[in-house]
Amino acid sequence: MPDTAPMLELRDVEVRFSLKRSGLFGAIPQLRAVDGVSLTVQKGQTMAIVGESGSGKTTLALAIARLVPVAAGKIQMGDVDLLGLQGESLRTHRQHMQFIFQDPYSSLNPRLRAQDIVREPLDRLSIGSLESRNKRVQELFEQVGLRQDQLRLFPHQFSGGQRQRIGIARAIASSPSLVICDEPVSALDVGVQAQILNLLRTLQKDLNLTYMFISHDLGVVQHMCDSIAVMYMGKIVEQSDRESLFNNPQHPYTRALLSAVPSADPNRRNRGRRITISGDPPNPIDLPPGCRFASRCPLVEEHCKTVEPILKSRDPIHRVACHLV
Amino acid sequence: MAESLLSVSNLTVEFTTRGGVVPVIDDLSFDLGPGETLSLVGESGCGKSMTALAILGLIPSPPGVISAGSVTLQGEDLVQATDARLREIRGNEVSMVFQEPMTSLNPVYTVGEQIAETLRRHQGLTRNQAKSQAIQMIDAVQIPLPDRRVNDYPHQLSGGMRQRIMIAMALACQPKILIADEPTTALDVTVQAQIFDLMQNLQRETGAAIILITHDMGSVAEMAERVVVMYAGRKIEDGQVQDILLQPRHPYTRGLIACVPHLLDKVTTDRPFLQEVPGTVPPLSDFGFDGCMFAPRCDLVRDECWEEKPRDIQLTKTQSVACWEISTNNRLANA
Repeated sequence: MPDTAPMLELRDVEVRFSLKRSGLFGAIPQLRAVDGVSLTVQKGQTMAIVGESGSGKTTLALAIARLVPVAAGKIQMGDVDLLGLQGESLRTHRQHMQFIFQDPYSSLNPRLRAQDIVREPLDRLSIGSLESRNKRVQELFEQVGLRQDQLRLFPHQFSGGQRQRIGIARAIASSPSLVICDEPVSALDVGVQAQILNLLRTLQKDLNLTYMFISHDLGVVQHMCDSIAVMYMGKIVEQSDRESLFNNPQHPYTRALLSAVPSADPNRRNRGRRITISGDPPNPIDLPPGCRFASRCPLVEEHCKTVEPILKSRDPIHRVACHLV
Repeated sequence: MAESLLSVSNLTVEFTTRGGVVPVIDDLSFDLGPGETLSLVGESGCGKSMTALAILGLIPSPPGVISAGSVTLQGEDLVQATDARLREIRGNEVSMVFQEPMTSLNPVYTVGEQIAETLRRHQGLTRNQAKSQAIQMIDAVQIPLPDRRVNDYPHQLSGGMRQRIMIAMALACQPKILIADEPTTALDVTVQAQIFDLMQNLQRETGAAIILITHDMGSVAEMAERVVVMYAGRKIEDGQVQDILLQPRHPYTRGLIACVPHLLDKVTTDRPFLQEVPGTVPPLSDFGFDGCMFAPRCDLVRDECWEEKPRDIQLTKTQSVACWEISTNNRLANA
C-alpha cells in the first residue's frame, strides 16, 4: 500500500432520473438510480463496485465523472469539490479523471486513426506542443502493448483486445490520477481478458493510478480490487476491504451473489451450500418501504418489510446494511 | 457409453469467403448419449455455434455448406434429410435456446402464442389445447401467475423470464436433445443460477440430453458431464468434465482454465498475475491450416506443429487430445 490518503470521497450521493408523467396532472415519477451512496477510495488502490444489472453501478461511475447530473450529496477528489466545478474548471479537471468504457467497439470513433484517438484528450486539454503530444502517443502505444506500425490504423483493423488497449491508452494519456473502469473486460474473450487485466495492474503499479472498477464478474473483481462495495437497487448493502468481504460476507445478498457463481473448482462446488434467491428485483420506481432486498431474501423477517436498514459499521472497515447482522 | 443418441462424425462445414473456401468446422466428431449433458467450450470464433447450427440444418447457405461428414440422430442422417423432414425434427426432437432472449422472441406476439405455435405445428393440438399446454409450460419454468403471463408480450418480461420462456418453448414438445447456446451470458449471476437449476430439474423430468455451448469453465463444471474443447473449428480435447478440469492436457485447454480469475473461497493478500494465452483466435482466412491451429499461441510449439495436423490421441477410455507435444511424449513412453 503506497499511500493511504483518500483519493475520492463520496457523501450521500444521489442521482435521480425523471420519468414520464402518469396522466396530465400526475406527479413526475422519480427513479433513484443512486440513492445515498457514501464511500472512500484510497490513493493507488482499486475500489470495485459490484451488483446486478440495474443496481446503479454504472450510474454511480457516470456521476463521479460528472457525466450525469447529481441531485444531492458531495463528491470530493483530493481537495477539489467535484460537484462545485462548472464550465472551464470542470473541463480542465477532467485531465485528472478518465474513463475506460465497456464496449471497445462503440467507444472508439471509427473515422479517426488510432494515434488520433489516443491523442484526442491531449489535444482537447492543450497539453504540450503537437510534437510532444505525438511523442507521448508513441510512448503510450508502447506502454499498453501496441506496435508503432499500428499508429496509423483505424479501429476496425484491430481485434477487440487491441481496441481495449487503445481505450486504455486514451484514458491514461492525460496522466490522470483516477481511472474509472466500467466493465473493461466483459466484452472480451476469456483469453484476451487475462491480458487486459494484467495490463491494468501493471499500469496501476507503474503510474500509481487509482481505479474505480465496475464489474458484475465476481472472479474478476476478487482478482483486481483492494476494497469493494456491493450495490443493490441504488444502495450500498455491504462494503469492506477485499479479504474481509470475500472471506466473511455478511449481507444475505452478498452471500447469494458469491454462491451463485459457478465454480470450476470441485472443492468449492461440492460444499453444496448454494443459496438461491428467487424472483427478480423490485420495480425501481415503486420501491417497497422496508429493505429493498426483502422480497428475495431467504432470511427475511417481518420488520425487514417495513423498516429500511441503514449501513452500519461492524468494525472500522466492514459496513453492512441488514437488520439481521 | 450406451447407444448414442446423436453422433457427429467427420463433420466439415465450409464457407465461401472473398479469400476462398475455408472450413469453419474441420473434421469434427463427437457422440451424445441419451440424457447426457455435453458441453462445447472455446473462445468466440471457434465454431461452437456453427456446430449447433449444423446439427439443426440451419447453416446459412450461401455462403455455408456441409461438405463432408454426417450428423446421425437415432440412425437417421440429418445432413441428407429433406427440408420438410428437418422442419419436423427442429423444435420437436432437437430444439435450441439462443443467447439473447430479447432478439430471439418475436416482439409482436404474446409469449403464450409463441409457445403454442410449436405445439400446434408439431403435435397437432387445437388452439385451446395448445394454449392450456403453454400455460402448463410457463408454470413448469417457474414463472409466477402463468395464466396471466401467457398473454404478456416479450417486452413486459425481465431478461431472466424471457430466457425461461425460451426454455419453455424449446421443451414444449419434449425434445430428445436441447441445444443451449450460451443461454445465460446476457444474464446476472443470480439469474444464471436459477436458469441452471431449472434446466437440470427439467432434464431430470424429461430425460432430454443437453448440449451446452459456453466459454465459461465454471458453467461447464456446474452443468456438464462431458466436454469437447474446440479451437478454430477443430476439436482439440474431449473427456469427462472432472478429468479435463483437474488434468487438462492440451495447452489451449490449460490456458482456457488458468487465464480466468476463478472466484476463490479463501482470499489471501497474495495475488499473482493471471496466466495469459498470448494472441487471439486466428481470423477465418487462416482456418484449415495444415498443421496445428494453436501453434502460433502455444508455448510448447515444436517443428511438427507447423507441418502436420495433430491427430486425436486416445489417452484413456474417455479422454482424447490432439497435440504433437503429447503424442511425441506418448510414443517415447511406449518405446
